[in-house]
Amino acid sequence: MAELTAAHTPSRTVRARPSGWLIASGIITFFVLAPVFALAAIALRGSGDMWPHLLAYVLPVALRDTAFLLIGVACVAGVIGVGTAWLVTAHTFAGRSFFDWALLLPLAVPTYIMAYASLDLMHPLGPVQGAIRFMLGIDSPADFRLPDIRSMWGAILLFGLVLYPYVYLTTRAMFLMQSACVIDVSRTLGASRMQSFFRVALPLARPAIAVGLSLVMMEALNDLGASDILGVRTLTVSIYSTWVNSSSLEGAAQIALVMLAIVVALVAWERYARRNQRFNAQAQRSRRIAPLPLKGGAALGAIIACAVPILFGFAAPALYLVNEACKVLMRSGFPRHTLTEAWHTITLATAATIVTVSLGLVLAYTARTLRGSLPPLLVRLGSVGYAIPGTVLAVGLLTPLAAMDNAVDGVMRQWFGFSTGLLLSGTIIALVYAYTVRFLAISAGGAEAGFQKIAPSLDAAARNLGENAGGVVKRIHLPLLRPALGGAALLVFVDSMKELSATLLLRPFNFETLATYVYAEASRGTYEDGSVAALMIVLVGLLPVAFLAKASRLPHAEGARAGSERISSGSAG
Amino acid sequence: MTTTFKSALFLSAFASLIPAAASAQTKEVNIYTTREPGLIQPILDAYSKETGVKVNSIFIKEGLVERVKTEGANSPADLLIMVDIGNLNDLVDAGVTQPVVSKKIDETVPQNLRAKDDSWIATTLRSRVIYSSKERVKDAPKTYEDLADAKYKGKVCIRAGNHPYNVGLIAHMIVKDGAEKTEKFLTDLKANLARKAGGGDRDVARDILAGICDVGIANSYYVGLMRSGKGGEDQVKWGEAINVTLPTFADGKGTHVNVSGVALAKNAPNKDEAVKLIEFFVTPDAQKIFAEANYEYPVIEGAEVNEIVKSFGALKPDAVSLTDVAKARKQAAELVDKVGFNN
Repeated sequence: MAELTAAHTPSRTVRARPSGWLIASGIITFFVLAPVFALAAIALRGSGDMWPHLLAYVLPVALRDTAFLLIGVACVAGVIGVGTAWLVTAHTFAGRSFFDWALLLPLAVPTYIMAYASLDLMHPLGPVQGAIRFMLGIDSPADFRLPDIRSMWGAILLFGLVLYPYVYLTTRAMFLMQSACVIDVSRTLGASRMQSFFRVALPLARPAIAVGLSLVMMEALNDLGASDILGVRTLTVSIYSTWVNSSSLEGAAQIALVMLAIVVALVAWERYARRNQRFNAQAQRSRRIAPLPLKGGAALGAIIACAVPILFGFAAPALYLVNEACKVLMRSGFPRHTLTEAWHTITLATAATIVTVSLGLVLAYTARTLRGSLPPLLVRLGSVGYAIPGTVLAVGLLTPLAAMDNAVDGVMRQWFGFSTGLLLSGTIIALVYAYTVRFLAISAGGAEAGFQKIAPSLDAAARNLGENAGGVVKRIHLPLLRPALGGAALLVFVDSMKELSATLLLRPFNFETLATYVYAEASRGTYEDGSVAALMIVLVGLLPVAFLAKASRLPHAEGARAGSERISSGSAG
Repeated sequence: MTTTFKSALFLSAFASLIPAAASAQTKEVNIYTTREPGLIQPILDAYSKETGVKVNSIFIKEGLVERVKTEGANSPADLLIMVDIGNLNDLVDAGVTQPVVSKKIDETVPQNLRAKDDSWIATTLRSRVIYSSKERVKDAPKTYEDLADAKYKGKVCIRAGNHPYNVGLIAHMIVKDGAEKTEKFLTDLKANLARKAGGGDRDVARDILAGICDVGIANSYYVGLMRSGKGGEDQVKWGEAINVTLPTFADGKGTHVNVSGVALAKNAPNKDEAVKLIEFFVTPDAQKIFAEANYEYPVIEGAEVNEIVKSFGALKPDAVSLTDVAKARKQAAELVDKVGFNN
């Protein structure tokens, strides 16, 4: 890269590169939007005769349930995510460095597995209620039982417990990038530590919290498996039942697009609300926040606050799976196909992560370097895939895939007299495409939030010192973006690994991932047979968590070095 | 740039891992199925072993029709396997099937269990039955309508009303009794529920064991899956906690049954082999495997029924045509929404 850098004259590259970036961003956005256009075409085919029925009986309940669920989950995940992130970044207490990474563990548990496990554990005949009855001396579940977990409050709790890491991850990265200076200034001005958190650290972390919470809410909004199991009738569940029970894909596509419009409006509103705020760091050296040592009751409180989400969001479902898997292993040994499925899962998720993060970076970089309203718009448009339920999006993807295949096939037949058949449809390329469309919002959003913390004056300084555009990216942006990109990569990886709807519809013959296998077994009720694969999903999900934990163990080990070695971040209001 | 290049390399490396679907030497049949692999794989394996034909399959849940449709003339699918008469009809309506021409099939499968032009052919039958507590219910309900009787107030469990299994049953009732009577039945049934409609069919048995409810509606084959221990030891207890009644509608004529079936894809590249596989599905041997793997009823005369299923008594399907039931599905799903059955 150094040779390349030298070969370019800065003055030429300044003008030449941006248009290239813009074209690249445009192409990416086009491919993301292709399935949305396909869905719009499907929706337009419909007559709209479902709407009187939907408006009268379905949508009022669906909108109410969706609103309750999203607000509830956002509250639970927000409080846990931001609270624990602040605890581990700004304090020291026994076990802090363990909690620092362990708080990410629930990411490895897919919502549908969480729902299955919780129903079983919390069923009146299950271990939890059994133990309670035993302690109370009650014989029959008919005489005493806890409220049914198949309910709105159950769904809010379960979703909150497995989804809070999205908020934790983004907010933690932001707290790490915040400098101690602002906190110190607020302290000097007489704010208590609590006040500094609420009035300085928290508002400054708003872009990160917004990204984290929007990821959480999208996950909850688009979830089908767990919502269905828990009897919560969200918009996504309604879309699904309109499709399946009324055989109306057109109607389903219509609701999905209306839902997409609502999501886009909400996201736009959030961004509009903070349009005049800047969150960039200053290009000056600064220290990280000095952690406050916690002792006695405060330390114990911190430990409990960090342990509870891990216990319920990870340990309980994981131990449940271990127990179920042991039964299978004792009875019939290790199912050998599970290894093949794990291999498929890992390779697919890795490929999807590389592609998705690279493309997300391109979008975010274009939006940062180019003026005008188009580049930021492309980032938003490139992110719409996340706001469409996976099952519906997957159907939308069929059309562009088949169109590309048939176009190539047509040309080959006409010119060379032979058929190439389906080149993309039903291949793993189709799957990587699907994952990218679905999860580009995560990587683009992550990269964008990271870029916001890097002051444009840094770019200017580097360019003044003779660095070209590529060099700035490589030597300034990428190192500073590492935590944000690492976090995004982790989320994309685990999301791809857990992805079910698109994988089911688009995969090749005789090709199973862990998720599709678990689903196939759960779908016919042989949960135990699926438990080994389900446990494998959790274990595979731990890989990137461990990787990330290692890579981003910044605060105390690397903190001191960061001050001298890196261009560390400061703040601005 | 290098990252993109690397990932392209990376991708093509993986692509090479996937065996090409079409190879010249061995005979093949390609299946798209919404039935779980665990249910059909034993039969496909038996067929491959007997004939040497390689059977490829993809288990797809929603969107199977759309996938076949968009793949168009290049679609590799030969056979489409589905559950529920409504789904089979949708396949035909979507224009992705072609009639099967086979004397063997016409001779063995009764006319009411295949489309008029053999665009679909049923491979198994299942009935929607009543589970009741062995311990607490002495006089089990005999009709579906009985469950709406006020004497079962707070004692009935059932899965979500808009699940295809319930939609089929409700559609059947609409065909027999009209929408008005069916709506009243749903309203009364809802008033009797012990818990919110939800969960799976097996949860009916489990909740009866737990004492949450006394009676419920569920599919016949789940009893076999539970009692046989295929779903684990706990499920044996659930299965043993219930009695099974093959109910009728109020007129006493017969039970609601549904089918699983198969259709030949319009652009099937291996048509001849595919038809042979369908013919195999309705042989006594294959029907026995279906019965053993999933405790379903056979579609051909004289084929064996599993012991557990036999213990429910002789199945007498209601005479209403399945095609008529399929047509009433949309209306049934709307009734479920209208009475707020799942609320």
